[in-house]
Amino acid sequence: MEIVMSVLAGLLFMTGVYNLLQKQLLRIVIGTALVSHGAHLTILTMGKLKEGAAPVLTDGVENYTDPLPQALILTSIVISFGVTSLLLVLAYRASKINHTDNMEKLRGNDYE
Amino acid sequence: MSNLAVLPIILPFLAGILVAFFHKNLIASRIFSIIATMLHLALTIFVFLNVQESGSYVLEVGGWEAPFGIVIVADPLSSLLTMTTAVVAAAAVIYAPKSLSRIQEEFYFYSFFFLLIAGVNGAFLTGDLFNLFVFFEVLLMASYGLIVLGNGKAQLRESLKYILINLFSSMLFVTTISFLYSVVGTVNMAQAAERVGEVEQQGVLTVIGILLFFVFATKAAVFPLYYWLPSSYTVPNAVVSALFGALLTKVGVYSILRTFTLIFNYEVGLTHTLFIYLAMFTMIFGVIGALSTNNVKLIIAYNVIPAVGFMLMGIGIFTETSIAGSIYYLVHDMIIKAVLFLLIGAVTYAAGTSDLKKMGGLIHHYPVLGWMFFLSTLVLAGIPPFSGFIGKLLLLQGGLNQEEILIVIVALISSLGILFSMIRIFIGGFWGAADIMELPKQKPSLGAMTWPIGILLSLSILLGVGAEMFYPAVSSIADYVMNPELYIESVLKE
Repeated sequence: MEIVMSVLAGLLFMTGVYNLLQKQLLRIVIGTALVSHGAHLTILTMGKLKEGAAPVLTDGVENYTDPLPQALILTSIVISFGVTSLLLVLAYRASKINHTDNMEKLRGNDYE
Repeated sequence: MSNLAVLPIILPFLAGILVAFFHKNLIASRIFSIIATMLHLALTIFVFLNVQESGSYVLEVGGWEAPFGIVIVADPLSSLLTMTTAVVAAAAVIYAPKSLSRIQEEFYFYSFFFLLIAGVNGAFLTGDLFNLFVFFEVLLMASYGLIVLGNGKAQLRESLKYILINLFSSMLFVTTISFLYSVVGTVNMAQAAERVGEVEQQGVLTVIGILLFFVFATKAAVFPLYYWLPSSYTVPNAVVSALFGALLTKVGVYSILRTFTLIFNYEVGLTHTLFIYLAMFTMIFGVIGALSTNNVKLIIAYNVIPAVGFMLMGIGIFTETSIAGSIYYLVHDMIIKAVLFLLIGAVTYAAGTSDLKKMGGLIHHYPVLGWMFFLSTLVLAGIPPFSGFIGKLLLLQGGLNQEEILIVIVALISSLGILFSMIRIFIGGFWGAADIMELPKQKPSLGAMTWPIGILLSLSILLGVGAEMFYPAVSSIADYVMNPELYIESVLKE
């Protein structure tokens, strides 16, 4: 199961990086979202996908799932959600003011 | 008393939230911000002195015991850096009202400022790798707010690139932490260090270490990854550039210093040699960049890069002398970079342009500014007896003791290049006849801009002239950093 998850995370990274390398701004934003999904899947997989009860001490239960990756992934999801929404607003605003959403044309010059 | 460790994070955090409630009332928010930064400064000095006297403070957040919960560790190194941060913050907050436009100040400059300080302090103080990522995000979020503040065309354009590169490296950071977790089963720095030591850093751990280095190198602007820095540090307001130049790259350098002295210190021949070469290229390319342009802001921004090279050189050489040099240089550079960005803000404010070719003869109109600029040039380039010299001396001494001749030569030549790039601004901007530039009839008065710079600059000079006073503390911190078992013991209490 871990192998399948790793391959999936790799696919997400791959498509994410492909989108990051595009010129259109919106594609780049989508690329960052895909990369962060890949990172989150990696966290979940790296703690080993154990099957077992919720990590609460009860009698008679031997197998517990690992709670730490879940805590980490939750924090990371919230952060990437916040950054992505900020990035969307900023991309909208930047393309409005600079009159283009093509990264090739957003290079700028030395004196401003 | 262990709650003292977390106060340097809590205080600016609370101040940032409180000041948002009266953001339209400029006078109240200015007074409140000055009081809060002064309190913060006093607090960090108190923490530093206490830590020097009685050893590290460790706070186990929420009462969870060390390897299981998050720990906040105020040890000699991190308390020294929070103190320096507080000094820079205090100068920036006094400088801010003059430099920012009314609208920038009203739209939550002070909130972002305090949150940035909270994030920087958090990154210095935390003893947990994942928590380090969270504090990186806190300070990056605040910096995203600061970099677009003002809504200029160039600002929006450059902030996009800044956010994208940081977002990508953050995601790499999370992935790397998950790799580390899968191998050593912990994200607590002290426990990770202990477990990496038990297996003597086998193959895969070195790979994880290098990955982690590249994450921090992106934040610190080390050689192949510095390209985002110059333009994004020049577009925002001078105060914001000063905060970025003084604090953000140094957080990256601190993280490299911490992880590669504490956790990944068993394959020195591989990792630390790599650092020496990267440091060399960082210096060379930074100096070439600084010499390549006539935009004064860009010259200063490029000068951030060779300084990172110097600190990385100390970490790469990895002896007690060179680490002491790195720490001395870190403190020196935080202060002098703030001075330079604030100074160049005042220069462009007075001259009305950042093009060196259009400037000239400023010293007739602003003599104090001119001499301060000249002094800070000497401090930056490391002319004795100023503070840059002491740091570089220790670094070069460490390098010669280890017979790393090449890096020593490159360091010396790039110091010369730094001096040349700065003197170009002084000659082009300040020398010449009084009437080269057409200044407006009503010369803009600099007023409150000069004296925070003056205080920072005199502090920096004191750091060099009074080196005998400060060196024992720095050397004891270097001794502490080179003995990671002290850190592990203080956190895990075995």
